[in-house]
Amino acid sequence: MLHIVNKSPYSSDSLQTCLSMSLEGSDILLIEDGVYACLAKGSVANKITKLMSTCNVYVLTPDLRARGILDEEIIKGTSQVDYDGFVELTSTNDRVQSWL
Amino acid sequence: MGTQKKMMYVNRRAPYGTIYSYEGLEVVLVGAAFDQDVSMAFIGDGVFQLKKGQDTSGIGMKNFSQAYRALGDYDVSKLYVESESLSERGLSVEDLMELTWEDEDDDWNEKSSIMVVSREELSKLMDQQDVLLNF
Repeated sequence: MLHIVNKSPYSSDSLQTCLSMSLEGSDILLIEDGVYACLAKGSVANKITKLMSTCNVYVLTPDLRARGILDEEIIKGTSQVDYDGFVELTSTNDRVQSWL
Repeated sequence: MGTQKKMMYVNRRAPYGTIYSYEGLEVVLVGAAFDQDVSMAFIGDGVFQLKKGQDTSGIGMKNFSQAYRALGDYDVSKLYVESESLSERGLSVEDLMELTWEDEDDDWNEKSSIMVVSREELSKLMDQQDVLLNF
């Protein structure tokens, strides 16, 4: 399953709920304000790092750029995707859950 | 001149994900015409509004971060950024845009508008306001 999170982890529990309910092997895609979860020095970084041991974590590059977040500022091991990659993820997964 | 009120605009949301921060900035710029004692506070995800290097070319939205640079010209020169919110998000003042104003009482010297303050200091500043508006 593909899980999409579009809310900042610092002002919403969407990411936390998603993490608590995503099964091993899931794809997690962070978009819009959800990309703030990838900040390597942020206090939620450890949650993403832990998640990466069981799931694939993707982050939408255009949303990082819009928010002034550079490659070197994000957690190593997350995979950056563009809109084509976003579409690819929705088509390779049999179901999608958007944690709005 | 009429009576001046102390007004603080409290910015609590990240840019682009919602319209709040953009609308809030518009209100500050419009409100600046009314000659009030204006300040802005950035707490929570609001601190993300000031992050430098924003480039919205890939998401089809207007990059309004440049408009914060105009605040100094509108006599909005007190931008309080809460330190706890910055550090929780792994940011420091070096990650923020350089925003300045020119001090007419000091030979038009260019000074930084950004002041990093603690939550406690900001609470006290809020307590001194006549009007508080959240965005």
